Amino acid sequence: MRRPTVLWMLALGAVLAGCDREDRDFRDAPPGNSPSDPVRLSALQPGVPLQDPSLAPYQNNAWALAEGYRLFNQFNCSGCHSPGGGGGMGPPLIDQEWIYGSSPENVFQTIQEGRPNGMPSFKGRISSSDTWKIVTYVRSMSELTSADMWPGRADAMQESNPAPQEGKMQEPYEASEPRRKQ
Amino acid sequence: MIQRERGIQSILDTGGIQAERVADFWWFAFTIAAVVFVLVIAAAAYATFHRRREALDEPAKQRRMTRWIAGSVGTTAVVLLVYFVVDLRLGRAEAALGEGDPEMLTIEVTGHQWWWEVKYSDREPSRRVTTANEIHVPVGRPVRLKMTSGDVIHSFWVPSLSGKRDLIPRHLSEITFRADREGIYRGQCAEFCGHQHAKMGLLVIAQSPSEFQSWYARQLLPAEHPRDSVQTRGQEVFLSAACVMCHTIRGTAAGGRVGPELTHLASRRTLASAAIPNTRGHLAGWIADPQRIKPGTRMPPNPLKSEDLQALLAYLETLR
Repeated sequence: MRRPTVLWMLALGAVLAGCDREDRDFRDAPPGNSPSDPVRLSALQPGVPLQDPSLAPYQNNAWALAEGYRLFNQFNCSGCHSPGGGGGMGPPLIDQEWIYGSSPENVFQTIQEGRPNGMPSFKGRISSSDTWKIVTYVRSMSELTSADMWPGRADAMQESNPAPQEGKMQEPYEASEPRRKQ
Repeated sequence: MIQRERGIQSILDTGGIQAERVADFWWFAFTIAAVVFVLVIAAAAYATFHRRREALDEPAKQRRMTRWIAGSVGTTAVVLLVYFVVDLRLGRAEAALGEGDPEMLTIEVTGHQWWWEVKYSDREPSRRVTTANEIHVPVGRPVRLKMTSGDVIHSFWVPSLSGKRDLIPRHLSEITFRADREGIYRGQCAEFCGHQHAKMGLLVIAQSPSEFQSWYARQLLPAEHPRDSVQTRGQEVFLSAACVMCHTIRGTAAGGRVGPELTHLASRRTLASAAIPNTRGHLAGWIADPQRIKPGTRMPPNPLKSEDLQALLAYLETLR
């Protein structure tokens, strides 16, 4: 093939490969959305296997990561796990110790079902699409997601309580930016 | 003559003094621009079609051309100076509205993606009202908005009442206006702020002072208790589903501050920052799947059982 054609094809391939990272799907219905569509943790089941384990969505999605960062703070996960994930009342999320598993499906079930000793169940309170976004962010805190999916800028710029004060600049909320591999 | 534009979101259909000043300036600028336009087109037509009788390098011709150009440049400079002076006076008059007026109403507005948080300030905390996307003001009193943003830059624009003012994160910006005519004035976010910038509208409702007082007194009250079993079930659904994570209804255990306060949801004319009217059908569609109406909005879809959704709607309709 001629060189310009090859270059064009490579460029097109690179562009198409990058799209997944910036995909913003607002109308999806990811696994776990309804009782008839549960999140499966394993392919093992009694009898004839019917389905593969659920494909965790958003694991390579920069927007989902940024949304997870926003939701982590707005739904007060930071209240127990601290804004940077360092732990407090709840265990740290930035280490490699995962009591209940670190795969996306495990973390999803942790959030939805709750766990002993204090992790509340958020089933019915946080939608499955929001939960998957939080899952992406939580896994990114211990660098389990690929580093090249980090958004280039803070997509979610939520202030915790912006109060206009006379002649004073509001101090920024004490939450860290999503961690990135140095 | 040119028809005056009529509508509830129009810079020429003014409802307040600031908008009148802007509209007057607009007509002034429009008139000058129209005259200049006609003169320029006439000159261009003359230049195109006039049969030249003497050569261009004739000294008399040169002198005439120089005089025309000098005269035009001089006139333009004078017109621009007049513009400048008028604009300066307009700006000073706008800034002076309500200065030192003890009757001034102060309202804190916080812009979020993609809704407006509205808090009426008062020295007494128990007399502060929090609502969303709808600002009621009394006619004839100056209103000062102290504004900031919770995320990105927005811009407050109610064309029938005043000009635009940006809401900048971590900055305080102020705008003052006075509604002189009762009515419903629609506003719009005027600074691109993301996916649903186009549907980030708001309503400013100017009422007589007595109507405003009764509206304000109603807004101060907590939500009514559910009266029958369906409404009770609806309240249960609200408190056990995803609603309670983000919304507040004063008088119940719901205290979420991520989304708009819903204590008097049924008293508002629109939903989703003036995107859809506040009717039962629209509310049902909004709750079930907001992403169909405002894709990208922060509110997730809520797959509720149909009897739960109906009960929830019955409860939300009591929040007047």
